[in-house]
Amino acid sequence: MFFRKKEADAAPSVAPGAGTAGTVPVSMTVNGRAVSADIDPRTLLVQFIRENQRLTGTHVGCDTSQCGACVVHLDGRAAKSCTVLAATCDGAKITTIEGLAKDGKLHPMQEAFREHHGLQCGYCTPGMIMAAVDIVNRKGGNIDEATIRHELEGNICRCTGYHNIVAAIRAGAAAMGGMRQAAE
Amino acid sequence: MYAFQYHRPQSVADAAKLLASNSEAKLLAGGHTLLPTMKQRLAAPKAIVDLARIAELKGIDKKGNALVIGAMTTHAEVADSAIVRSAIAGLAEVAAVIGDPHVRHRGTIGGSVANNDPAADYPAALLALGATIATNKREIKADDFFKGLFTTALQDGEIIARISFPVPAKFGYAKFPNPASRYALVGVAVAQTGSGVRVAVTGAGKDGVFRHTAAEAALGKGWSAQALSGLTTDANLMMSDIHADAAYRAHLVGVMARRAVA
Ligand SMILES: Cc1cc2nc3c(=O)[nH]c(=O)nc-3n(C[C@H](O)[C@H](O)[C@H](O)COP(=O)(O)OP(=O)(O)OC[C@H]3O[C@@H](n4cnc5c(N)ncnc54)[C@H](O)[C@@H]3O)c2cc1C
Ligand code: FES
Ligand code: FES
Repeated sequence: MFFRKKEADAAPSVAPGAGTAGTVPVSMTVNGRAVSADIDPRTLLVQFIRENQRLTGTHVGCDTSQCGACVVHLDGRAAKSCTVLAATCDGAKITTIEGLAKDGKLHPMQEAFREHHGLQCGYCTPGMIMAAVDIVNRKGGNIDEATIRHELEGNICRCTGYHNIVAAIRAGAAAMGGMRQAAE
Repeated sequence: MYAFQYHRPQSVADAAKLLASNSEAKLLAGGHTLLPTMKQRLAAPKAIVDLARIAELKGIDKKGNALVIGAMTTHAEVADSAIVRSAIAGLAEVAAVIGDPHVRHRGTIGGSVANNDPAADYPAALLALGATIATNKREIKADDFFKGLFTTALQDGEIIARISFPVPAKFGYAKFPNPASRYALVGVAVAQTGSGVRVAVTGAGKDGVFRHTAAEAALGKGWSAQALSGLTTDANLMMSDIHADAAYRAHLVGVMARRAVA
């Protein structure tokens, strides 16, 4: 009960004096599932994912477009979901960290982060992994360390010093590349 | 963020109507400048006109001797475009060094140009290439468009539709990024165009992007980094902040100009 109450309170309210702006209907596909809702136009994509869809794997680190903790795939491309209106995503396909594992089996990039200890507190990890999968989607499985570090410019980790993250992404990229070849 | 009404028109004409009927409406492109500003309550538009659905604002095309890029084309699309690479390869490089991959997937050329951030990359490229900004009402030369910090020639209700770049003989851009924000601490664009050599500097000038006439004269005599070896830049015209003081920025202008030519 307590949680339900809180969640109702957390819904964005209309600012004093701003007038009633009404709601806007949105429909999108989140991790392969069709969802729709009437939302306050101010709702950010990350709020929609966390509060409306209850998918709390996607994190908010900075809320100022700097840290990348909120990265999801929006129509197949990595995007900072704290800096996109959910309303803009009407008709879009969203993949969050929850959408990567298949049939109870971790995605190769998740497995690589586990294997290479690519996280400490884990706060940045969902964004890191979504960014990493996006890098491989764009650049292929055979990527060097310099490329990975450059491509991670939009993702900040306060714990690891990046070393193991980079190692994990290299391994995860190779595994993804291998899987792709096997599929072809 | 204050409440606003949300509209997603399908055409430029409909977007223009929405703007005309609401003086406190604002256009939303990639949102990577506007949404952070709204979160900080530095902007509080009563209505948002989202350009995301307008197909006519997207795309990259080569028309005669001009490269034409739709306002809603993202930085990533410009960076990855084979058409841009073959027409003006350096312009793809400009787009490729904006922000980070996630920013490049959302941010658009129209939004960047309309915003005219004094540390943004595109304004220098447009000014050096002598680009033309086409709106729903008229065409504006880059020389007449950028009017100082965050200020442009755009009037109320005007929507950037596309930007047209005459293909130059040569073009290069070198940027010294602020290591934290990725914006330009100093960025210099150099071009050899049909109307002579043009050099534009971003990130450095107190009044935003500007043409560097001394550098243009030097490169007019010979297109080489050496031709710029004696170049000086007036530090009184430079921004000064915690990231770099005016003298350092003035020095970096010369360094970046030489790198852009090389
Ligand atoms: C972390 C981060 C790093 C960044 N790094 C860089 C960088 O290194 N270099 C750089 O240049 N930029 C950088 N940016 C800015 C980024 O490129 C923005 O995307 C861009 O400045 C604005 O484009 P937008 O599409 O997001 O526009 P929006 O934020 O949607 O709009 C910006 C402004 O332009 C207006 N506008 C938008 N489209 C039009 C149009 N077609 N006609 C008229 N007006 C319009 C809007 O009303 C608004 O006032 C960075 C941003 C972030 C968040
Ligand atoms: S929470 Fe979105 S970038 Fe930090
Ligand atoms: S593991 Fe703690 S922020 Fe990256």
